Amino acid sequence: MSVSVEPTTVEVAEVLAKEPAEALRPHAEDAFAGELAALAEQDDRPRPARWKLSPWAVATYLLGGTLPDGTVISPKYVGPRRIVEVAVTTLATDRALLLLGVPGTAKTWVSEHLAAAVSGDSTLLVQGTAGTPEEAIRYGWNYAQLLANGPSRDALVPSPVMRAMAEGMTARVEELTRIPADVQDTLITILSEKTLPIPELGQEVQAVRGFNLIATANDRDRGVNDLSSALRRRFNTVVLPLPESVEAEVDIVSRRVDQIGRSLDLPAVPDGADEIRRVVTVFRELRDGVTSDGRTKLKSPSGTLSTAEAISVVTSGLALAAHFGDGVLRAGDVAAGILGAVVRDPAADRVIWQEYLEAVVRERDGWKDFYRACREVSA
Amino acid sequence: MTGTARGGSFQAGGGPLLLGVRHHGPGSARAVRAALDAARPRAVLIEGPPEADALIPLAAEEDMRPPVALLAHAVDEPGRSAFWPLAEFSPEWVAIRWALEHEVPARFIDLPATHTLAWRKDDEGGPGGGVGNGPGGDGDSAAGGVADSDAGRGGVGGEGAERGGDTNSGAGGGTGGGSDANSGVGAGAGADTGGGSGPEAETGAGAGSGVDTDTDIDIDIDTDTDTDTDRDRDRDLDLDTDHAPDADPRAQPSAGSSAVEVGVRVDPLAVLAEAAGYDDPERWWEDVVEHRGMGEGGAFAPFLVLEEAMGALREAYGSGGHDRDLVREAYMRLQVRAAQREFGDAVAVVCGAWHVPALRQKTAVAADRALVKGLPKVKADMTWVPWTYRRLSRVSGYGAGIDSPGWYGHLFAAPDRPVERWMTKVAGLLRDEDRIVSSAHVIEAVRLAETLAVMRGRPLPGLGETTDAVRAVMCEGSDVPLALVHDRLVVGDVLGEVPQAAPAVPLQRDLDRIQRRLRLKPEALERELELDLRKETDAGRSRLLHRLRLLGVTWGEPVASRGSTGTFRETWRLRWEPELSVRVAEAGVWGTTVLAAATAKAEADAVAAQALADVTGLAERCLLSELPAALPVVMQVLADRAALDTDVGHLAQALPALVRSLRYGDVRGTDTGALAGVAAGLAERIFVGLPPACAALDADAAEEMRRHVDAVHGAVGLLGDAAALAHRVAESTGDLPPQANRTADVPADRSAPGHRATEHSGSAPGHRATEHSGTAPAQDHRDLRGRWHSVLRVLSVRDTVPGVVRGRAVRLLLDDGELAQDEAARLMGLMLSPGTPPGDAAAWIEGFVGGGSGGGMLLVHDERLLGLVDAWLTGVPAEAFTDVLPLLRRTFSAYEPGVRRTLGELVRRGPGERGSVTAAGSGIPGFGADLDPGRADAVLPVVRLLLGLEPGGAASGAEDDGVDNNLVGVAG
Repeated sequence: MSVSVEPTTVEVAEVLAKEPAEALRPHAEDAFAGELAALAEQDDRPRPARWKLSPWAVATYLLGGTLPDGTVISPKYVGPRRIVEVAVTTLATDRALLLLGVPGTAKTWVSEHLAAAVSGDSTLLVQGTAGTPEEAIRYGWNYAQLLANGPSRDALVPSPVMRAMAEGMTARVEELTRIPADVQDTLITILSEKTLPIPELGQEVQAVRGFNLIATANDRDRGVNDLSSALRRRFNTVVLPLPESVEAEVDIVSRRVDQIGRSLDLPAVPDGADEIRRVVTVFRELRDGVTSDGRTKLKSPSGTLSTAEAISVVTSGLALAAHFGDGVLRAGDVAAGILGAVVRDPAADRVIWQEYLEAVVRERDGWKDFYRACREVSA
Repeated sequence: MTGTARGGSFQAGGGPLLLGVRHHGPGSARAVRAALDAARPRAVLIEGPPEADALIPLAAEEDMRPPVALLAHAVDEPGRSAFWPLAEFSPEWVAIRWALEHEVPARFIDLPATHTLAWRKDDEGGPGGGVGNGPGGDGDSAAGGVADSDAGRGGVGGEGAERGGDTNSGAGGGTGGGSDANSGVGAGAGADTGGGSGPEAETGAGAGSGVDTDTDIDIDIDTDTDTDTDRDRDRDLDLDTDHAPDADPRAQPSAGSSAVEVGVRVDPLAVLAEAAGYDDPERWWEDVVEHRGMGEGGAFAPFLVLEEAMGALREAYGSGGHDRDLVREAYMRLQVRAAQREFGDAVAVVCGAWHVPALRQKTAVAADRALVKGLPKVKADMTWVPWTYRRLSRVSGYGAGIDSPGWYGHLFAAPDRPVERWMTKVAGLLRDEDRIVSSAHVIEAVRLAETLAVMRGRPLPGLGETTDAVRAVMCEGSDVPLALVHDRLVVGDVLGEVPQAAPAVPLQRDLDRIQRRLRLKPEALERELELDLRKETDAGRSRLLHRLRLLGVTWGEPVASRGSTGTFRETWRLRWEPELSVRVAEAGVWGTTVLAAATAKAEADAVAAQALADVTGLAERCLLSELPAALPVVMQVLADRAALDTDVGHLAQALPALVRSLRYGDVRGTDTGALAGVAAGLAERIFVGLPPACAALDADAAEEMRRHVDAVHGAVGLLGDAAALAHRVAESTGDLPPQANRTADVPADRSAPGHRATEHSGSAPGHRATEHSGTAPAQDHRDLRGRWHSVLRVLSVRDTVPGVVRGRAVRLLLDDGELAQDEAARLMGLMLSPGTPPGDAAAWIEGFVGGGSGGGMLLVHDERLLGLVDAWLTGVPAEAFTDVLPLLRRTFSAYEPGVRRTLGELVRRGPGERGSVTAAGSGIPGFGADLDPGRADAVLPVVRLLLGLEPGGAASGAEDDGVDNNLVGVAG
């Protein structure tokens, strides 16, 4: 369920189909301007200060639905309703929202759409990297101005966060845990005091109502620059899960594989559905540490085995089948890819993988070809 | 206030005050108390078995602390039992306490347990009973009568009942039970599992009732509880519906066939909700019923509203096809009338809301009498037993049908601001677990919960909102601490207590009965008892003693048999000490019969067991105690532990015990299919994990690994034998192609030229063979040996494997005839060549011929190997010799003196002497070149008979044909 669909794929394709835009990838608020307008028009519930929509409407925008006048709102996020409700509710209080999840669980996608729906603007974005400086979160200086006129508000270059505070908008910080710890901590004052002092000018920017902040972080990377507990306390945390059912995941994988295949101009390969299902099943079972029938426990390898990796395994399998095989996606085409995705740590993961092969795959009806293919590549 | 209020309430029906409740609904409980305070009735009638009337005063005792349960059991058959659990927040409990405090009589008015237990018996009597009973769903089957009563009580599945089922196990129940068990296991707790047939079914009805009953209203409620907590809050009214549905009847049917039926039935509440435009019946109930009731004030308002709703439902759906409900209601009406004669209209009735319209109904006394006439009876006995929150929750499988007893208890106990108090409790718990949770967290969590409630359109945060808030604020989105919160607070650890004065538990009775049957009297004097398990009585005694041991009642201690070592003999030292009676009473919480209690205990132990070896030991004890119902859980736990255990050593330790259990199973005729499957899986994991685990070991670890290799080798051999036995049976029925596998395997191994190649090709045929045969497990196990051999082959040639393990692997292969003598000699030569450090070589030798493995004889008989060792030893440089000396000494000093002497002589004589003899023949060195066919053939049949081998099965190579012919003659 959760994974959604990164902007590059399904939704965007739909958008492009609807209204050809100049931008390679339009912002959420532009791409779905029609839906947002329809929602705003029919939304009669109370809206928090400076929100473009009421919390109910924001949840509807993300989860999809049909409005009283028949307008269909496409689902932006396929996943538990609870998650979206908690996220929207958090934004409606003055707490900041932290979206956690393994790569490929649509954190960025959800944060962009939340910002678009709440503030009508998803561009107040700070991309977190190991080199993100404090200026990216607070403010910088236009040095020409600074030298010419001395410190003044004109010489100040506000960060997206500062602008959001001043205008009561939603700011976004991507990959929060990649930002060095000392830079992260500049957020503490912003989130608790809701003010950003500018000591050089003896001034401050106070957040106006409507300001809030959405951060995303990869929970596999937690250790990179773990949040200080002071900062963490300012956030409500929502973990975006991996897809809940095989069906949902197979669906996501097939759709994306299909599109990627088209964009790479791969020859059409018929009916890889079984193989895709198999890849997804293997990934899910190893990831969850239990077989799909819930009877046998398994060890989980060190890799993430996210849906995104399943997609890339299938895509490269398709390429193999198209260029070197008989044009049909077969077990052998995906086996090597799976091995590469599963066995990240050559010692421990290999044992886990072989145990899985012998204990689960070998016994499974109709998986003989797959078992043989995997043994061939693992040997 | 009393005046008007009372007037209002009595107006409605002009009769007694009918308080429809939801069992275990804290809101209902509160409303009941308020209503009783307002109405001050002269007598309180409660839905429940009248046999318990005498036990009511015990509820006032100081030692009595809910949760407790009323336990009814058939006197002759303790396994047939039913429970009516009561928590502090149960409306029935509140009513009892109110009556005791105000010194007015309290009475139970439901159909007596005498009948309900008998109903159950009838149902079980014929597997088809369900069908006989009524159209469609009736298959109340096992759970039937009891469930009813339970249901009454909130769909409590009687634990005892469940367990009891084992003994009686109706054929029909079997399947149902089975499936339940599975699901139970899946869920983790799976306490039921034990239940086996009948019992489970009950559980289904009770706990599950969430599910079954659903159909009616119950489900709704249950579910609600899950999601909406509000509900709890509301609970005022909460629908008793639950109860109502108790409708055992319905529950039962489903109990038998479980979920399937649910889908088919209509949920009347859902129909009403849908008509009102709600997609969630729960929410509708809350918004429409709960709030309206609350708003309009008066202690009786909620009950009136509820009655109205239930009346409408019952008009549309009647009794829902539950004939038994009608009988129960008729009985209740009779009782109410009797009470009215005695006390006038000032009588309050606390019952499931579903029953209220029926009790209000005016019917002819004669008609009611006719309905309750001629009901079957069994002699029933009642007592109070302690209960736990965990059992109240569906999680543990007993299910009173509520998921969150701890939360309910909190709501009932909290004087005000329940959410704030709850969050504070959660924070306290998390702090105790060393998580940093500040007051600020609590504040934020409360705010989030309240905002969420608004967002979801709820008047107040419920369990769902609070849980979401706790997850997001206090747990950083993680479900791990949340699970703790759920376990400790939402479900809770509260354990009830009953006073000493409560009557004895049925387990003691069951034990008495079994002791009489087996003529095994408890005596304080210590004595020894010899049991021959081939005799039925002795086998029964053994089982009883083993089961009691599992329960911690150590009446008998197994001691080593003096005479025979056969597996069919057991010797016990018996001694009954007075405190054992106390232990029996304590064990009463596990079940009402020895079998059921031992099963439940074994399951609980399995789940709680820490080490893998503990679980295998437990599996062994389950087999000894013959607890087939516990085996699935134990096996599941075992398989899980094995799957997650990364230490091959643990696995290797566990395997022998498991294989031994498998063989006990043979002796006792237990079905060990599941066990064999797990053992094979375990072996499989060892095969995969062993080679990497053998790398980079120091001397001690290597020595330990060698022992593991030996243990696994023995176990795999036994496992293969066990499987071969099964295979033979299968073959005789023509299921399997004879020998397909083994013959395919062996030549492939032998002919393979290189070791490396052998590793792969050796195993490949095996796998393929398995694939062809598909599902036949026997084939698979036979295949195990083949795969074990390929593992050994890998070990024998891998340089990173310590010498002692490599030597051992070569030796094992050689002994099994998987490695030609030449090949062994080549490997030995390789290892003993000058390129190998002397220490390694000495270790290899120790592995190969060391210890008590009879290696000395090998050297005596195989000139060439001896020559190699001799040549190597003389070639060891002087400075290295002192290093290898201890190893060599350890190796050779273990030989028998005779062997040592012979070896010494052989070495002194030098290699030339016998060389000519051996060189002449291609046979085994040290023996004549050719067989004497006549003499060999004469011996073979007997040897085969002794070894239990298949004709032609194990014979290797060339002799096959001739032998087979002979054997046919003998066997015929």
